[in-house]
Amino acid sequence: MKRRQFLASVAAAALFTGMAGNAAFAETPADTLVIARVIDDAISFDPAESYEDTGTEVLHNVYETLVGNDASDMSKMTGLIAESWTFSDGNKTATFKLRSGQTFASGNPLTANDVVYSFTRVVKAGKSPAFLLKQFGWTAENVDTMVKAVDDQTFEMKIGVDYAPSLVLNILSSVNASVVDSKTVMANEKDGDFGLAYLKDKSEGSGPFVMKTWKPNQTIVLQSNAAYRQGEPAMKRVILRHVPESASQRLLLEKGDVDIAVNLPGDQIKALEANPDIAVQRNNTARNLYLGLSQTVEPFTKPKVREALKYLVDYKGMTESLLKGEFTVLQSFWPAGFNASLDENPYTYDVEKAKALLAEAGLKDGFSFKLSVRNVSPAIDIAQAVQQSMSAAGIKMDIVQTDQKQFITAYRGRQFEAVLGTWEPDFADPHANAATFALNPDNGPDAGSKTVAWRNSWKDDAINALTQAAVKEPDEAKRTEMYKDLQRKVMADGPYVGLVQRIRQTAMRANVKDYTVGPATVYYRLVRK
Amino acid sequence: MHSPAKRFYTVLRLSMGSAISVALTLVGLIFVTFAVGRLIPIDPVVAVIGEKAPQDVYDKVYKELGLDRPVYEQFFSYVGKVAHGDFGTSAFTGHPVVQDLASVFPATLELATIGILIGVLLGVPLGVIAAANSGRWQDQLVRVLSLTGYSVPVFWLGIVLLLIFYGQLDWVAGPGRIDIAYDGLVEEWSGILTIDALRAGDMDVFYNALSHMILPAMLLGLSSLAYIARMTRSFMLTQLSQEYVTLARAKGAPERTVIWRHALKNARVQIITVCFLSYGFLLEGAVLTETVFSWPGLGLYMTNALFNADLNAVIGGTILIGAVFIILNALADIIYRFADPRTA
Repeated sequence: MKRRQFLASVAAAALFTGMAGNAAFAETPADTLVIARVIDDAISFDPAESYEDTGTEVLHNVYETLVGNDASDMSKMTGLIAESWTFSDGNKTATFKLRSGQTFASGNPLTANDVVYSFTRVVKAGKSPAFLLKQFGWTAENVDTMVKAVDDQTFEMKIGVDYAPSLVLNILSSVNASVVDSKTVMANEKDGDFGLAYLKDKSEGSGPFVMKTWKPNQTIVLQSNAAYRQGEPAMKRVILRHVPESASQRLLLEKGDVDIAVNLPGDQIKALEANPDIAVQRNNTARNLYLGLSQTVEPFTKPKVREALKYLVDYKGMTESLLKGEFTVLQSFWPAGFNASLDENPYTYDVEKAKALLAEAGLKDGFSFKLSVRNVSPAIDIAQAVQQSMSAAGIKMDIVQTDQKQFITAYRGRQFEAVLGTWEPDFADPHANAATFALNPDNGPDAGSKTVAWRNSWKDDAINALTQAAVKEPDEAKRTEMYKDLQRKVMADGPYVGLVQRIRQTAMRANVKDYTVGPATVYYRLVRK
Repeated sequence: MHSPAKRFYTVLRLSMGSAISVALTLVGLIFVTFAVGRLIPIDPVVAVIGEKAPQDVYDKVYKELGLDRPVYEQFFSYVGKVAHGDFGTSAFTGHPVVQDLASVFPATLELATIGILIGVLLGVPLGVIAAANSGRWQDQLVRVLSLTGYSVPVFWLGIVLLLIFYGQLDWVAGPGRIDIAYDGLVEEWSGILTIDALRAGDMDVFYNALSHMILPAMLLGLSSLAYIARMTRSFMLTQLSQEYVTLARAKGAPERTVIWRHALKNARVQIITVCFLSYGFLLEGAVLTETVFSWPGLGLYMTNALFNADLNAVIGGTILIGAVFIILNALADIIYRFADPRTA
């Protein structure tokens, strides 16, 4: 017995020593960027199918679009695959001249035929992102006649709707309009699936990186593309590790096992700021949070009541003490830091003013209503803060917590009184949000597009007309002014209490440099260590 | 006396009977899960396409999911597919559910197996010692250990263990299954990293994988140890109050023989049941442990599936868990037959 015990402990000790030597502090290699991140939203890395945050960030690094944001000045649009472009025929035709000598990572040359194939397959595959390009009046039936390769270096597309050129370019800069290597993808099509199965977990693009592996809920590995047109990136490998728990992310970052931790809440960020080995970077995201007030519910139909509620949120207190830098105040529907943002937040927490407005509306004793909220943080915390500040004017707000999918089902089905909603635009153009917060041409139950305005049963013909006019306005400066005007009007009278905009707080090892964040992505190619 | 051949046929006959009950159980399982999926106030189409999709995409997916057909038709067509091993495609991973389960289950199996080994190898002796020293300090110590295993939140304990052994002492590797430097070095064969590493003869990968596993496995081990030790203690106390124990003691048998030979032998059938039950619970996937340790196992997968209202994945996972319990039950049955002469 004794001898056996001894042998067992010797074996255990040997095992531990072996592992301890192995687990000693391991800094990530100098040419490898390791990012701890939640990646479980990804379902595909095909530009024709991917529509989630992780997919968007990765795809921008492995593919290129015709045009895109200028990494040195995000407010500017610059040519990526395209060198120049012209709009003609009353802005119904766009012609793109491609840079010469471009190749895909596979070595195949990139020509206008690849652009034609890429756009066609997005529309014909009919997955979630298809609507982006269908906005141009393209359908699975007509798209073949709408896009064409004039020659190897010239791509031409017809636009079946009245869209301003700046809007067209903004849509084309979204990741779903990426150009794929048609030769390789076509060779791997199966049963007319446009290569959807093939491109699910690998890339065939011309971007700075190539996607090597994707293990769902584990890792994504990108390898640098030596043939990238602007030169091979400094980071030879970029690895995204799925770390669902934020405390684990922080631990990995502090130990140096990862270079960057993406999903840390405000208190963890605060704690890390004291650490000299860690730097924190803040960037605006386009995600907003707002209260939606259903216009089928009394007394939300009264303009004075809507206005009163806008004075009953403690915007400053909420962002400073509760949300700890994770959010900033945003009362208009288009986020700050993006072209045509309004950057005006006229409402403050003013109980007396709200009381006066309620009295004018004949509700001096307040009223009660139900607020539907997704049962996740920080939505619940925000709802509770609003509940408290509204009670000061005698308004009794009941919080109804539901599961995320249940919440969306009810919201899309108009089954609510008020909601705490959130939105992220599909492309970097104010129309992306105007089209949902302002536009509601058909308020009937079977409307073809269930916009946020529709869900809140809010139809304002003047607002609709203004939104439609802004879409078409060819003069860019004038168009920007139109969106600012639209935002002011919706903010003043719309059924929304704009609350906050999300700030992305990224913690990284101090040696990580030039971590450059764009509207929908991070430019891994610019990162140095 | 029973010949081994006769035993074998008895087992076979009973197995045939249980095969039918297994099939019925599985159909029942599918029915309940399917019904729950249809009763919850979540639109299965919205669950797939998300909040923003336009109406034409909605209508297309509605048809694709077969929701335009009567519910009973949907159910039978689903059962038919499952019978052919087709669990459909998961909405949130975009992969066939079978493929997803084949990738997450080995990770859980690996962790659960080490966990249950810790639980059994420590839990049974501790339970026996506690019973033999009932009321004394050994018993109290085991009680405290069991209570800790029961009541300290796994989530908190996991973080604390990580902070100490990974953050401060550097004895073990951090969250995840393997260090990046070792990732993808050995060919995937069973999906169980330690086994694949041994098969490839790559000891570096093996030690690294083991180093990643030791904390979460200990955590799981502690919770099953708590259960196993307490149950073993109570089974043993029952046995030790029996007359045959008094007889053995009266005959002058050493206390060690009385406890480990006589009493434990008679308690072993119950202890086996408890051990298999614990193993079953661990194989369901420990959601919190898997979250803290970024362990891509079944628990995390099922949680994601539930939050995404991904019915195919939920049913697939439920059936897998059901099947695991059924198999473990059958295994336990077989082991009883050998452990307990009366059932043979």
